[in-house]
Amino acid sequence: MSDSAVRAAPTFDLGELHGGVRLPGEKEKSTSRAIQVVPVPHQLVLPLTQHSGNPAHPVVGIGEKVLKGQLIADSDGVLSAPVHASSSGKVVAIEPWPVSRRYGDPAPCIIIECDGRDEAVELAEPVVPYETLPPETLLQKILQGGIVGLGGAVFPTAQKLMQASTLPVENLLLNGVECEPYISCDDMLMREQALAVLKGAQVLMYALGLQKCYVAIESDKPEALHKVADVLSELKDERIVLKPVPTIYPSGGEDQLVQLITNREVPSGGLPTDVGCLVQNVGTAAAVYRWICEGEPLISRVTTVTGDGVTMPMNVLARIGTTVADVVAFTGGYTDRAEQLIIGGQMMGKSVTTDRVPLVKATNCILVMSHLTPPLDERPCIRCGECAVVCPVVLQPQELYWFACADDEVKLREHGLIDCIECGCCDLVCPSHIALMASFRQAKARIHELADEKARAERARRRFEARTLRREIEEQKREEDLAEQKRAAITAGPKEIQEMVERSKQKKRPISRTKKGPED
Amino acid sequence: MEFERREAPYVRPPTSVGAMMREVLYALIPAALAYVWFFGFGFILNLLVAAMFCVIGEALMTHLRGRPPEAALSDFTAIVTAALIAFSLPALCPWWVTATASLFAIVVAKHLYGGMGYNIFNPAMAGYVVVLVTFPTYMNFWTAPRIGDIDYHFLNLYETARYTLTGSLPDYLTFDAISRATPLDTVKSGLQNMLTFDEMYSNPLMGDFGGRGWEWIGNFTAIGGAWLLLRKIIRWHIPVAVLAGVLVPSGVMYFLDTGVHASPGFYLFSGGTILCAFFIATDPVTAATSPRGRLVYGVGIGVLIYAIRRWGSYADGVAFAVLLMNMARPAIDYVTRPRIVGHAKTEAR
Repeated sequence: MSDSAVRAAPTFDLGELHGGVRLPGEKEKSTSRAIQVVPVPHQLVLPLTQHSGNPAHPVVGIGEKVLKGQLIADSDGVLSAPVHASSSGKVVAIEPWPVSRRYGDPAPCIIIECDGRDEAVELAEPVVPYETLPPETLLQKILQGGIVGLGGAVFPTAQKLMQASTLPVENLLLNGVECEPYISCDDMLMREQALAVLKGAQVLMYALGLQKCYVAIESDKPEALHKVADVLSELKDERIVLKPVPTIYPSGGEDQLVQLITNREVPSGGLPTDVGCLVQNVGTAAAVYRWICEGEPLISRVTTVTGDGVTMPMNVLARIGTTVADVVAFTGGYTDRAEQLIIGGQMMGKSVTTDRVPLVKATNCILVMSHLTPPLDERPCIRCGECAVVCPVVLQPQELYWFACADDEVKLREHGLIDCIECGCCDLVCPSHIALMASFRQAKARIHELADEKARAERARRRFEARTLRREIEEQKREEDLAEQKRAAITAGPKEIQEMVERSKQKKRPISRTKKGPED
Repeated sequence: MEFERREAPYVRPPTSVGAMMREVLYALIPAALAYVWFFGFGFILNLLVAAMFCVIGEALMTHLRGRPPEAALSDFTAIVTAALIAFSLPALCPWWVTATASLFAIVVAKHLYGGMGYNIFNPAMAGYVVVLVTFPTYMNFWTAPRIGDIDYHFLNLYETARYTLTGSLPDYLTFDAISRATPLDTVKSGLQNMLTFDEMYSNPLMGDFGGRGWEWIGNFTAIGGAWLLLRKIIRWHIPVAVLAGVLVPSGVMYFLDTGVHASPGFYLFSGGTILCAFFIATDPVTAATSPRGRLVYGVGIGVLIYAIRRWGSYADGVAFAVLLMNMARPAIDYVTRPRIVGHAKTEAR
């Protein structure tokens, strides 16, 4: 029965994806056992920025007792998300702590010492069936749950949905592709919590009035495919369709998935919503379900712990704020090959300096490995063009590299640097071992820097022009006043002249130009 | 626990420039064996001299430029340049001719233009052209291939080495006695003398397609080229484009007037066409970089090879064709940029 459901969504009608590479998945070891639940640690470290946008601002003070699920930092501004306490305890500090977002450098965090009771807070509004809420209310509610994109970009989900609601979006694409090597948290989530994922999809579809949902899963995940197919046949929701996709990295990228499933290209600088698609990670969908239908805000997530640097690779369900050190200790500790700690996958992960960093909403994988490459092995580019063959965006990395080295902003824009998704395919195949991804990241930052400089220079220029104009007007006015006074002096009689002289003696101010005031 | 930071991606690179260049050298072995079989030990001596001077040139220039020589030498590109020079020169070639070609290729064409990855002109072809123009007598000293029914003079190793080092032949031979026209020379002078192809082909040096011996070298070169394609060291665009660029015009002209034009097969199997298609034009640094660009680049080379052979004064046009297309390459790259995903087709460039 489940086989037919899987075959019912054939792959031959998928769109074309240029380039990409086939990578060894390295997911067998971490998917050999069920998701293990990490117990609540003694201390939780909750960064104020676990999402794109403005940091949340704390609403609790040091020494305050908090309960599980309680709001401890509220969203600040249009693009932001709240943070909730992952367990009950006492706020012992609000101070900088190493975070993975900054590669191990510190950022402001709320630190909670847990009391072990794991007492949940009472909900301000009780859970009601979501169909009874109007969609706008539902979107506001999603915002309050601290839900952000769990695929790695951590974009605040509510704002993403609100933006989508202004456009004619038809399709929800559930991203269960997980194409990056080593990461398997979405795979395990789909195997064990497929119902939560699909019910979450239904909530999202209701919120935006969507009529079609594609669940995209890579073909190297047969267990997940079967499980989702089984649950789908039980749910009997005609709108949701299972779509196995070929196992090519980076087909799980947002724009790439849209191209693959719907054969439409997301315009440069645009979003999937511009071509009628909303993409959500399966973990995000499950989180939406848990918050809207069960009242639990985003306080835990499934994370893969893997690599040859950990003794027992596995997937864990851990509370947000548990340090990586605690998580790895729970799984059995490090091996002697633990040389680098990567938060994320093998291609796009962040190499961090310390395991004191907490597990946050974005932490999909804790990858501990030995060093695979010697540093500083770069040779000159030989223009072999292999990088261009594998680029999913049909960029020419070899040209971009030349222009990045030359710091030629115009040419970089012309050749589409801003369209680079930083997948690392070009880096992988380069025979000269050039750090292309790093160079493009720097070049992008440089372009933003130059754009900022330009904007500032433009503002300064306009201010200067306005000031010059103002001066000219003042100058003109003074001259007119002076001319007026001269005329008055000539036409005035001896009596008026006497009065003027008296006035000037009193004020001790000559009848001439006023001194220029201090510059403004 | 603390960790050391590295840059993403965290992967072992699957290949390196050195590995690619070594594959190119392996792919040249069949052609080298055929060359030695038909034309003697001279090729090996030329190869040794060229390799020595290419390496000397590379080491000297990297030292002068303040770079570590090991990095430049370990990628084997100097050896590949030496091999291509050795394939271009006649088997019997004095060492100073080979040395000039090698030094010019590495020092001038490669390093004075910026070094590895920055040079505009194919170094081997630039070196060859310099000695072709500077030492015409030595560069036109081609000998007969080792084929049973023609009189060829195969110098033994000592005699070959003596010629390579001193430029003097054994006493019992003279230059005129052993030098022969290449098949391309035969056809070119034959056409000038208004011979028909039947008359030209009655010359025992002419084989079924190209010259005898040369056809076999072409076959073995193609085997090496196929190996490179299978191993994905090169992609199909340039070889196919070069061969098409030679075959299509020659095919058309042959079709228009068989008596006056040599067959397309002749152009394919004589001289350095196949070597150019798979090994010379595919030099990544000096070739176009996008798929469409490579097709244009390859076709340009092929057409120029045919044009120079048919109407130019040089017998073989491979080197000039490559150098001319090297000049056009930046323009080709600019015009043939592929459309980026998410950009409109007609975006102004």
